[in-house]
Amino acid sequence: MKVLVGMSGGVDSSVAAALLRDAGHEVVGVTMRLWGGDSDTGCCSVSDVDDARRAAQQLGVEHVVFNFSDDFDRHVVGPYVDAHRNGRTPNPCIECNRHLKFDRLVSRAEQLGFDAVATGHHARVGTHVDGSFRLERGADRAKDQSYVLHMLDAQALKGVLLPVGEFTKDEVRSMASDLGLRTAAKPDSQDVCFIPTTDGRRGFLESRMSFTPARVVDREGVEVGEVPAVELVTLGQRRGLGLPGGGPVRYVVGIEHSVDHDAPRVIVSDAQDLLTVGERVGSVVWAGDPEPGQLLVQTSAHGDPIPAEVSMVGGGSVDIRWTLRQPRVAPGQSVVFYDPSDRWVVGGGIVEPPAVPVRL
Amino acid sequence: MDPDLVYLDHAATTAPRRVALDEMRPWAESQFGNPSGSHRAARIARRAVDEARDRVADVIGVTSGEVVFTSCGTESDNFAIAGTVAAVGGTAVCSAAEHHAVLDPVTHLGGVVVHVGSDGAVDLDALAGSLQGVSDRGGRVSVVSVMAVNNEVGTVTDLAAVADVVRRLAPDAWLHTDAVQAACWRDLRAISAVVDMMSLSAHKFGGPKGMGVLMVRDGVNPHPLLLGGGQERGRRSGTTDVAGVVGTAAALVAADAERDHEVARVGALRDRLIDGITSAVEIAVETVPRASTVPGVAHLCFPGIENEALLFLLDQDGLCASAASACASGAMEPSHVLAAMGVDRRTATGALRLSLGHTTTVDDIESAISIISAAVARLVDIAGRSRVDG
Repeated sequence: MKVLVGMSGGVDSSVAAALLRDAGHEVVGVTMRLWGGDSDTGCCSVSDVDDARRAAQQLGVEHVVFNFSDDFDRHVVGPYVDAHRNGRTPNPCIECNRHLKFDRLVSRAEQLGFDAVATGHHARVGTHVDGSFRLERGADRAKDQSYVLHMLDAQALKGVLLPVGEFTKDEVRSMASDLGLRTAAKPDSQDVCFIPTTDGRRGFLESRMSFTPARVVDREGVEVGEVPAVELVTLGQRRGLGLPGGGPVRYVVGIEHSVDHDAPRVIVSDAQDLLTVGERVGSVVWAGDPEPGQLLVQTSAHGDPIPAEVSMVGGGSVDIRWTLRQPRVAPGQSVVFYDPSDRWVVGGGIVEPPAVPVRL
Repeated sequence: MDPDLVYLDHAATTAPRRVALDEMRPWAESQFGNPSGSHRAARIARRAVDEARDRVADVIGVTSGEVVFTSCGTESDNFAIAGTVAAVGGTAVCSAAEHHAVLDPVTHLGGVVVHVGSDGAVDLDALAGSLQGVSDRGGRVSVVSVMAVNNEVGTVTDLAAVADVVRRLAPDAWLHTDAVQAACWRDLRAISAVVDMMSLSAHKFGGPKGMGVLMVRDGVNPHPLLLGGGQERGRRSGTTDVAGVVGTAAALVAADAERDHEVARVGALRDRLIDGITSAVEIAVETVPRASTVPGVAHLCFPGIENEALLFLLDQDGLCASAASACASGAMEPSHVLAAMGVDRRTATGALRLSLGHTTTVDDIESAISIISAAVARLVDIAGRSRVDG
């Protein structure tokens, strides 16, 4: 097959290219240039492109660079800023996978006559009992990335190869080392690739939106602190709230926006008040036909899967009802459903804010 | 280079001329003396450099003392712009379609960027307005830089007309031209006659990479960028690359000698190339009328096509071409030249530069026409299908 391999410059995608080459495929490596601004991590810097190109040279495969920065701005950076403005906690890596890697890049690959697109994600393309493709957790459970790829349904998976998903990270590093790749010891990418660590999330957002100060109150409404930017506060947060030290740990359990022209209020309380019986999840993508029911639900990239009952409520949304009460998930976060054996991705979506503001 | 490749990227770099390679060899091998020394080995090298300088001066139409060897066209441009501002202060002015080697120093120094017309040549009224504007604000223009030939679209600038405006409205300013893309196609004597400084790059006319020239008129004294041993009469320190200097001179003499013949020969090939593509590909647009450009550049736009995809397909079929300038990562960037010319984004995204040179043959042109026609047809077909699907 003719395979276009997304190469970020990291160890996983370099080894993915090597495995496909060794399997006899005609391999071309591509690095997507996504972000024109400052960056010191992730997949966008010139040094990462250099690493990807050098790895491709060492493997004897062609390497090209595609500039998709316009779509990255439109589908990832812009919505990331808008989400904060609207009190959501976005997951830009998932949106990048959804719109860049598995839309724009896949379209480009088809246009150029490739049979498949591959990446270095730790997840597997498996075959469901009905014969269709399903996304499966990677062999290295600790490094599994099926959460960020959950939007790949049976149709999308037809043209996707995830060769390193069969191996552990240690095995991948050891293969990279055997191949003499200089990326073998490169650390895993962290954080959001388009946000420089020097400025952080605050600095990045500050130059793109205006912040609203908020009062921090306890569940009785008594003011206990203040924050300069309600847009930076996340449900479940327990630091940076201007609270006096020494007392019991308190978490953000609710955020109220501009009630009666007052400043927004951030409500803090103990962990017990963060618990909820369930969540409403929108923009749901199913792996195949919808399969609601008793499932495992994962609420963050490396969180534990939690038993819940998932039921359809129409309009592309579902309700999840936890078997045991769980801390609330911040609106905007992605949640992914797995089958009860915790092996297959069944679907996933984005947590919606409560229809009625939480009143404690 | 692989003889099966169809190479139409001569504006990026062209094939080294055999005569240049032959003349360079002894100076890179056995005659390795440092021309700045005083012994016999040094004197032999020194003589080679002096003779090469005479030959370059002769082709450019200046005195030998007005020829400074540098490491590249970019260094020559930076020397002219930044060196002038460092020496005499004032404001630098350039056109919006300049190569980044001019544009970036000018903007870095807080200079003024002047509009260009729809063909990419500087707008003379806008230039006059900018020069007047600087003096109206109590400033002083110290250097004006306008390229002789645009590197992307190939447009030739009427430098005599530019010089008239500059001499009239900024009589104390030095006029610089980036003539990097002019050497194979334009008489450099006519260009040097109307400017104070002129940049050349050796690998664009069949010399070695890593060699540039800045012609600096007597009495014009930009501050050197490199300080040290005082080579090049103190204007550019650093051990002289004797082989590079010799190769530069040999290639420039050869390019000059065959210029009239090549302008006619390559011009006919360029016409065939553009006519062949525009008749085979319905959406193809000739970006600039060919009467305004040098024979070596055929610039086309395919509105609705992404040139990143097109270049990939051309490359797969063994055709080397380019679009706008690539950034440090190698990704395609939107062309600042096309933007300055007022070309809309959709059209500019489909830009393709095919550049011809001294090794281009009829076979190259016929192959290119069929490869490009097929690739564009494929992309148009897929775009049409996905519109229907979607």
